[in-house]
Amino acid sequence: MEIRRDVFQAIADPTRRAILNLVAIQAMTPGTIADNFDSSRQTISKHIKILTECELLDQQQNGREIYYYINPKKIKEVADFIEPFRQMWEERFNKLESIMKNYKPKK
Amino acid sequence: MEKKTKISAQEGQQEILITREFDLPLELLFKAYAEAEIVEQWMGTKVLKLENKKSGSWQFETKDQNGNIIFSANGVIHDFVPEKRIVRTFEMDNVNFAPQLEFLEFEKLTDDKSKLTIQTIYKSVEHRDFQLKLPFAQGLNMAHNRLEEIVKQLK
Repeated sequence: MEIRRDVFQAIADPTRRAILNLVAIQAMTPGTIADNFDSSRQTISKHIKILTECELLDQQQNGREIYYYINPKKIKEVADFIEPFRQMWEERFNKLESIMKNYKPKK
Repeated sequence: MEKKTKISAQEGQQEILITREFDLPLELLFKAYAEAEIVEQWMGTKVLKLENKKSGSWQFETKDQNGNIIFSANGVIHDFVPEKRIVRTFEMDNVNFAPQLEFLEFEKLTDDKSKLTIQTIYKSVEHRDFQLKLPFAQGLNMAHNRLEEIVKQLK
């Protein structure tokens, strides 16, 4: 099982996570998804594109409309990976490092 | 870019190994773990208690803007050897999750580089796997929705 690293970049973005949370409840058209955000439709459509490329979202033509829905298989696949756990520690340690680089002993 | 933090979690084992090299002298790396006010800064939590000695104990707590406690954890310090080792337990309060045992080893690499190895041992393989998946679950910020169900069914 191989996962491109972009998947983790995809879920690292708060707007994209919000889209996933929305679409998880029910399949939606790009317009309906965009209505939930203050950002422009263009911006949201870029996010949707990234999520679709990572296969976190699937699309289905329904008449004239395209509906996006969540790909549970991919979500599960990503969740099985420890990359988000590693990133959490990486961020924590980066913070530690930068704090200590600026550390001035008291007294 | 090389990943500075490495995680090793062998399938079927109940431990996680975290290693990280720091561009910091050993002394400063250890200080970041030993001094409460520094721990608060990089862990982003309040340190209520940190007794750095054998049989000492520690307690962390994080509140949201409204003063509700959103994270609270405690443990006992089993060993504390400055610039060398900390052995401690870690238990999150108000969650049904067994305590874990942590071995932290601090090493000097050069005068301005050091290394930290954390070995964490969990009650079972299932406990460990749950902990590994938690940041993903939290990242999705799922409150009673379908994503939560999907992730819950992960095995």
